[in-house]
Amino acid sequence: MDTTTSTSAQKSARQPRWTRLPIISHLRKSVGLQRTMLVIGLILSGALVLTAIFAPLIAPYGYAQASADGTSFGAQMAPNAAHIWGTTVGGYDVFSRVIWGAQTATLVIILGVLMSVFAGVILGLVSGYLGGWVDRLLVVIADAIYAFPALLLAIVMSIVISGGQSNLFGGIMAAAISITVVFIPQYFRVARAETIRLKAEPFVESAKVIGTSNLRIISRHVFPNATRTMPLIFTLNAAESILTLAGLGFLGFGIEPSSAAEWGYDLNKALADATSGIWWTGLFPGLAIVLTVLGLTLVGESMNDLNDPRLRGRRRAGRKKRGGPNVPASAYVNGTGLEVTK
Amino acid sequence: MTVISDRVPAGSAPAQGKKPRSQHLGLIRYLVIRFLLIIPTMFILISMVFFLMRITGDPISAALGGRLPPEQLADRIHAAGYDRPVLIQYFDYLGNILRGDFGTTLSDNRPVTEILAQYGTATLELVIYALIVAFIIGVPFGMIAAYKRDRLSDAFLRLFAILCYATPVFFAGLLLKLIFSVWLGWFPVSGRTDYLAELSGLRNPTGLYLLDALRAGNMTIALDVLKHAVLPAIALGLLIGGVFLRLVRTNLIGTLGSDFVEAGRSRGVSEYRLVTKHAYKPALIPIVTVMGLQIALTLGGAILTETTFGWKGLGFMLAEYLTARDFVAVQGIVMLIAVIVALTNFLVDVIAALIDPRVRY
Repeated sequence: MDTTTSTSAQKSARQPRWTRLPIISHLRKSVGLQRTMLVIGLILSGALVLTAIFAPLIAPYGYAQASADGTSFGAQMAPNAAHIWGTTVGGYDVFSRVIWGAQTATLVIILGVLMSVFAGVILGLVSGYLGGWVDRLLVVIADAIYAFPALLLAIVMSIVISGGQSNLFGGIMAAAISITVVFIPQYFRVARAETIRLKAEPFVESAKVIGTSNLRIISRHVFPNATRTMPLIFTLNAAESILTLAGLGFLGFGIEPSSAAEWGYDLNKALADATSGIWWTGLFPGLAIVLTVLGLTLVGESMNDLNDPRLRGRRRAGRKKRGGPNVPASAYVNGTGLEVTK
Repeated sequence: MTVISDRVPAGSAPAQGKKPRSQHLGLIRYLVIRFLLIIPTMFILISMVFFLMRITGDPISAALGGRLPPEQLADRIHAAGYDRPVLIQYFDYLGNILRGDFGTTLSDNRPVTEILAQYGTATLELVIYALIVAFIIGVPFGMIAAYKRDRLSDAFLRLFAILCYATPVFFAGLLLKLIFSVWLGWFPVSGRTDYLAELSGLRNPTGLYLLDALRAGNMTIALDVLKHAVLPAIALGLLIGGVFLRLVRTNLIGTLGSDFVEAGRSRGVSEYRLVTKHAYKPALIPIVTVMGLQIALTLGGAILTETTFGWKGLGFMLAEYLTARDFVAVQGIVMLIAVIVALTNFLVDVIAALIDPRVRY
C-alpha cells in the first residue's frame, strides 16, 4: 500500500497536475486491450450523461405523452415512422421514454452515490480515527447491512420513504436514498480501513504533537489520503445503483410513469407484451440498462485492474517499466509470469 | 469481538500464558466465536427492518387504508395491537420470532411461516438449477480466460462476464422468453409445471418438483418440470456464472504465476493438468469463499427471476405481497432471507477454516 503512495508522490514531481486525476492517470498507464475496454466504458458512460443532459432536445415526445395534436398514439404500435421504436401498452412512445429514462438514471446515480460517499466516508473517518465502542458498533452494523441482499434493503427503504409510490422528486429521492443505504457500508469500510492505517503514520503523529485538533487532523491530514480507492468504488456502485433502481421499478416500487420515465418500470410492463410476441417495448429499455451498466462497469473494472500491479497489463519489452523502485519484485514476477512462458 | 471473548474463556485464557494445547481447540474456538457472531448480526438486521417498517405507520393502515371506514380501521388496528407503544410491539415481535412465529399475513390471513415453508422449496429448487448453470459457465470459462490472459479469447470472456452482470435478470429472462418460448416454442412461458394437480396429490411431497416427480416414477412430469426450469435457470445462472467466471479467472491468474506451477511445467506436466489441478486447487479457497458470499446476489436475483417467470417461490410471493401492501408478509420474508444469508456466510467461513488453517485466528 505504501509503495503506491510514494510512487504517486514521485510522479507528481515530474508530471502536471491534471494527469494525476483518477481516470486520466488510468488512461495514461493503460495499454492494449485494457485501454480499449476503458475507452469503450468511458464512451458509453459519456453517452449516458449527454443523453441525460440533452433529453429534452433528443426525445420527440414527453415521457408521459400519449397523444400529439389531439390524436392518441395508440397502444403497442409496432415501430413505424412516427414512433421509431413503437409505443408501449400505455400508449407512450418507447424511444422518448428510453431517452428520458437516461435523465432519471443519471439523477439517481448522482444523488445516490454522492449521498453514500458523503455519509460513508464521514462515518468511516470518524469511526476509524476515534476507535472504541462506537467503532465496533458501527462495524457490526455495517457488516450486517453489507451481507444483506441490496434489493431487499432498497425495497424496505422505499417502503419507508415513499410508501412505495411517488412523484418525480419523491420517487427519485426514494430510489436514491434506498441505494445510499445499501452503499454506505462499502465507503465506510474503505474509509475506516485507510484511516486506521494512516493513524499510525508519522505525519499524523507529528500533527498531534503540535496540538492540532482532531477535526483538523481528520479533515486535512487523513481525509485527502484516505480517498485513493474511492473513484473505483464510486464507478462500480454507480453501475449497481442502476440495476437496483431498475429492480425496484420492475417490482413496481419505482417511479410512476406519469412523473418520470424509468427503464425498470417499462420492462415490468413489457413482460406481458413479450408473451404475445411484442418485442419492442422490452428490448429498448432493457438495452439501455445493459449499455449503461456495461459502460460504468468497464470503467470501474479497468480502474481496478490498473490499480493492481498484478493485474495490470504491461507494455511489451523495449518500453520502460513504470512504477518506482519500491514496487515489490513479486508484483512483477506475478504480473509477467504468464507472458514469459507464453 | 469483545462481545464474545468473555463467553469463551477456555480458549482465550491460555493464549496469554502458555501456547494453545492443540490445533483442534483453536479451530473449535474459532467456529464458536464465528457462530456467536451471527447473533448480533441477526439481531441488528431484525431490529433495523422492524423499526424501518414501523416508521411508515402500522401495516393495517398501509394495507387497508382508504378501503375501510376509519372506525373499522381503528378497531382492526387495536385488535392487532398496533396502537401500543412501538417498543412494546418490538419486544413482542422479538419474543414471537424466538418462538418461531413471524406473524400472520393481512391479505390472505396465513401464518408467514407456512408461506415460507411452502414457497421456500420452490426458491431452493430454482437456486440449485441456477448454481448448476453457473458452475458450468463459470469454472471452465474462467480457467480458459486465465490461461489465455490478455489475449482475444480472454477479452471476449471478460466482456461476456461483464455483460452477464450488466444484464438485469428480468431483461435476460424477457429475451429468453421472447426467443425460446414465444418465437421458437421450445420451452413454456412461465410457471413450474403443467402437472400441478398430480404433483400436489403425492404423499409427503418435498416441494422440489423434480425430486417429487422422480420419486413418483413419472418421467413425463419430470421432463415437464425440467422444461419449465430451463429458462429461469439460465437467466439466473448467467448472472451468477458471470461472477464465478471473473472469480476463477482472477484467482487462477494469481496462482498460475507461482513457482510451483513453473516447477510443474519444467517437469513436463501437461498444460491442461497445470491449469485444472496445480493452479486451480490452491485458488479454490478464495473462490469458494467469494462464491458463498454471492448468496445475497443469488437470492436478490431469484426474486426478480421468479417474478419474471411466474415461478411461485419466495421472491414471487414477495412481489405479490408488495403489490398488496401486505407488509407483515414482506417483513417475514425479508427476515427469513436475512437468516439464510447469515447462516450461509457462517457455513462458508467454516468451510474456509476447515480447508485452510491460516484462516483461523
